[in-house]
Amino acid sequence: MITQIYAKLKPVINSVLAGLVGLAGGAIIMALWGYPPIAAYNALFSAVAGSMYGFGSTLAQATPLILTGLTFAIGVRGGLFNIGAEGQMFMGAIAAVAVSTVAMPVGIHIVVSILAGMLAGALWSMPASALKISRGIHEVISTIMLNWIALYLGMYLVVDWLGDPQRAEKSISAASTARLPGMLSGTSLTFALIAAVIFALLIYFVVWKTTLGFEIRVVGKNPGAANYAGINENFSINSTFILGGMAAGLAGALQIIGHPPTFAIYADFSTVRNLGFDGIGVALIGRNHPIGVIFAAIFFAGLNVGARTMQITAGVPLEMVRVIQGVIIIALAAPELMNLWSRLTPGLKNWISEVKGS
Amino acid sequence: MDILTSFLKILIISLNAMVPITLAAVGEIIGERSGVIDIGLEGILLISAFVGTIGAQSTGSPYVGLVVGIVVGLLIGVIHGIISVYLKGDQVISGVGINLFGGGLMAFGLIAVWSTPGHHVVPSSVRMPKIATPFGGISYIMIITLLIVAGVYYILNRTKLGLKINISGEHPRAADVAGVNVERVRFFSTVVGAGLAGFGGAFMAVDWFGVLTKDLAAGRGFIALATVVFSKLNPLLALLGGFIFGFFDSLGVWVSSAPVIKQVIPWQFILMTPYVVTLLAVAGAIGRARFPDKLGEPYKRE
Repeated sequence: MITQIYAKLKPVINSVLAGLVGLAGGAIIMALWGYPPIAAYNALFSAVAGSMYGFGSTLAQATPLILTGLTFAIGVRGGLFNIGAEGQMFMGAIAAVAVSTVAMPVGIHIVVSILAGMLAGALWSMPASALKISRGIHEVISTIMLNWIALYLGMYLVVDWLGDPQRAEKSISAASTARLPGMLSGTSLTFALIAAVIFALLIYFVVWKTTLGFEIRVVGKNPGAANYAGINENFSINSTFILGGMAAGLAGALQIIGHPPTFAIYADFSTVRNLGFDGIGVALIGRNHPIGVIFAAIFFAGLNVGARTMQITAGVPLEMVRVIQGVIIIALAAPELMNLWSRLTPGLKNWISEVKGS
Repeated sequence: MDILTSFLKILIISLNAMVPITLAAVGEIIGERSGVIDIGLEGILLISAFVGTIGAQSTGSPYVGLVVGIVVGLLIGVIHGIISVYLKGDQVISGVGINLFGGGLMAFGLIAVWSTPGHHVVPSSVRMPKIATPFGGISYIMIITLLIVAGVYYILNRTKLGLKINISGEHPRAADVAGVNVERVRFFSTVVGAGLAGFGGAFMAVDWFGVLTKDLAAGRGFIALATVVFSKLNPLLALLGGFIFGFFDSLGVWVSSAPVIKQVIPWQFILMTPYVVTLLAVAGAIGRARFPDKLGEPYKRE
């Protein structure tokens, strides 16, 4: 019984442990440059938990991260390393802006914006899928290139086609009929959070409770067995990319129709950049499971929100949190962090004895 | 005449732009041949550029900066090697972490060390001297890169050490039976590979650009990964690939100084070219790249 509970909790413990390693690594680097780590962490965490505003902002920031985290998580379940959420999200955001140029009734406009975002995200993942299936090109390379192409294509579209005639620094705003209502006054939290959580649950259902999801997971775990069982591997890869692209596209659309006060995308993409890359870390900490991803997204968003307060009150540059996040992921790469020492020592012992021997 | 001058100018920028991509790609080839994949090249480029610049400025010597950059690369290789080879961890996740860490460290360091959120200009006193030509300076490191490419090609294809590296990636069990220490070969291949990427990072800081920004690497680490695919793990073809990508990279730099072209083609499309070309080159490379059989899989002795 106890061992069963332990086996279930093990991934959670590992994630928490990696989080602690990350915070320790961050503290060391802060101390190296003469910043006060304890004051910094104090500011960081009190900002998130200390006020309704901090809490609301954290949930608002977690919203897109849940979805971009899902993109990566679905990919891993299907045997892919899809790091293209960034570009797919850009495309979703632009599609949502484009839909706002057309007049529509209230409810329908929201639905159309969301569908347009998901469609754009899914379409932008297709070249990577096609290259993977037809040419065997690793998706890490193709999706990264597509991210950069999406960034520059997006900047062109936002400036030259969807630009706000009054304010050159941003695109036109989402039409009032397409905007999601707020959930917590005084913060940027809107019903976008609910949409993201519902999508996460839908993904859980599709990937764990349907035949398609079963096939995706078999291909992810053991492509040989999948082939032997008559599963169409190419179809499964394609489905994995499409589901992931839909999640990222939805993240982009929600950043437009559910993100006050501007409900727009900026010409420098400042409100959307890195949300896709952060999703990778979110998925890894959330163990590539939809429920884990939701909690990991809140954790990541908390770090990002707290970072601003940390910069103001403790004077530590807010980019510090990216260093911490990097250390967390590196720590997660090592399996069974808890058994690190016992795993490392036999190899080292062998080595030392050989060096001594020779 | 004017066209010829422009062409020669682009050619020289391309030769410099070739260096970081080629060094990172050739390093990656060594690691991948031994069976270890390292997608953290982007992060290594950034970390080495950052720490290398600190080394150069605190000693007043660009050579120290280069050495520091290489050492930092080697150290990251040690971390990645321990996780991938000895802990049997997930190599791709470790690489993602290195990239995230590198991006954060550069952004953090620009503010922490030089109090600038934007860009830090490396003083010309700690920049590498260049071979002067009428069309722009060529870096000495470009020459060194050619030698490294030739050396790595020779080692991988003509020596016993190269045989050990290749068999560790292709058939680790057979290597083990034949008395090769697979873990050690993989570990050192990873470390040396990361060191070459570190060399490329330091080159960007104290030689080529001389400016540090958050986006200094600008996807070059990933373009290097694409170059590895394009080259089918052959260092000589990686040099060619590095030159092609460097050419399109520098085309953007050159066009941005030619306002006539900017009026015809939006600047966003010019900046997009290296990435589009990379995608097309990888897609159009003749025949599939064949990777070592056990690439990315930890070797566990029975």
